[in-house]
Amino acid sequence: MNGTHPAVAPGLGGLAVRAGVCAYVGALVALPLAALLIEGLGQGAAALWAAVSAPVAVEALRLTLLTAGIMALVNAVMGTATAWVLARYDFPGRGLLSALVDLPFAIPTLVTGVMLVLLFGPQSPLGGWLAAEGVRVAFAAPSIVLALLFITVPFVVRAVEPVLMEQDPAEEEAARTLGAGTFTVFRRVLLPPLFPALLSGTIRSYARALGEFGSIVVVSGNIPYQTLTAPIYVFGEIESGRSEVAAAVSVVLLAVALALSVGARAIERLTGTARA
Amino acid sequence: MRSYAPVRPGSIGQWLIVAVVVLYLGMILLLPVSAIVVQALKAGVGPLLQTFDDPAAVHGLRLSFALATVAMLANGVVGVAAALVLTRHRFLGRRLLDALVDLPLAVSPVMTGLAFLLLFGRSGWLESALDAAGWKVAFAFPGLVVATLFVTFPFTLREVAYVLEELGTDEEEAAATLGASPWHTFVRVTLPNIRYGLGYGVVLTTARALGEFGAVLVLGGAISGHTQTATTFIYNALEERQEPAAYSVALVLALASVLVLAALEWLKRRRRKEL
Repeated sequence: MNGTHPAVAPGLGGLAVRAGVCAYVGALVALPLAALLIEGLGQGAAALWAAVSAPVAVEALRLTLLTAGIMALVNAVMGTATAWVLARYDFPGRGLLSALVDLPFAIPTLVTGVMLVLLFGPQSPLGGWLAAEGVRVAFAAPSIVLALLFITVPFVVRAVEPVLMEQDPAEEEAARTLGAGTFTVFRRVLLPPLFPALLSGTIRSYARALGEFGSIVVVSGNIPYQTLTAPIYVFGEIESGRSEVAAAVSVVLLAVALALSVGARAIERLTGTARA
Repeated sequence: MRSYAPVRPGSIGQWLIVAVVVLYLGMILLLPVSAIVVQALKAGVGPLLQTFDDPAAVHGLRLSFALATVAMLANGVVGVAAALVLTRHRFLGRRLLDALVDLPLAVSPVMTGLAFLLLFGRSGWLESALDAAGWKVAFAFPGLVVATLFVTFPFTLREVAYVLEELGTDEEEAAATLGASPWHTFVRVTLPNIRYGLGYGVVLTTARALGEFGAVLVLGGAISGHTQTATTFIYNALEERQEPAAYSVALVLALASVLVLAALEWLKRRRRKEL
């Protein structure tokens, strides 16, 4: 076990570094967010409620929460399956698959949106065929879910994978010796230890999805009441010079995202999987 | 304690799980990527090279790479310092600092832009002070810099802090006991130990800075030839129905992200070997 206590009481240099870091974080992170909070909450509860309860805003928030929810469900299942496959099986292309999982961290979200337009837009073969079948993807709600699924691929996989790597095969072997079938082993032995990581990964992907802008803005069409998500509504309000409305909706969205992050962090702390 | 070693899938069921995952990631990730590759092949290299004759596109790309360089350096240095402070110092307010440094990950880029506009924009908190000093931040280069620094701040810090936690303080204590100064200990003991984590964080920072869109759009205003970055160039080109220009610059960014991905993989492998 490595020592984790502070190496030495910081000297003058250490204290200067600490002060510098606090000042940097204060000016770069705390100050602008304080401005946003004060603008959003500063006009009083009535103004905040009026901004958030406007029908367009309500629909935008509803769509954002809903599409993120669908994404989170798919991600929980497919993320766990992906982590499982990467941790347990050896097959041709495994390294490539593992690298592919990190692609969303490398690719700009706006480029993701452009790629989805190219894939599903009316001029593309796939988009044309889907339109002929009566399925609309680009400039409709499904494109939002697809964009969110793309950008959040790593979250659940990278949360669950380390837990799977650390599991001891002895438990599974004991269960099998006691006569448990494959499904029972999965449900009773393998899944429970994964659950905290699975939950925190899913929550983090949901929180990330609530703020997504670049990929959605080009592919969803941004039609109010239909495909306009909350961050894009906020963007429209900023462009129209109504920064108080934009700030009010931002504060609500930010509060949800923060509560989720705190929850995910608490889960990670409790179970000792503090790693994103 | 033993752990599972990856094995060849043994049954049809196991091959099926592998196939489902490969198919899913192929559909969600590779299919969209293939769309832009097909588009590029269809158009040929002509339009791509033409893009480099368009001063606005070249300016946007250069601006994005400049912002990525600034973010990489500033947040690299401060990120390492902050990781050291958070893992090696104990002081009142450490928990608050710990919570603050993660905040940029929870904030939508659009809201980041708005938050800085409320500081630097018209009738913002600091507007009169900046005016008096003759500085322009919003809709100018400094605005792009602060927006990029904000969104990329957590990456280096988190990667380095993770490695520092894992390492513990034994080696640093040994160095200090042997009479090394804090700076000497940092350069000779800590820095070599964190190099792959630091590299990973720096690459993530670069990727995020190159791809940043919402915050630089709101705070920078995407003024062509001035505050228009590569991403906001793509956005404006799409708005103006100049699709070929948008696709070309998007392709350049996609190619850059392939390099990023390769670097991330290499660093991950090196780090796994060391830990």
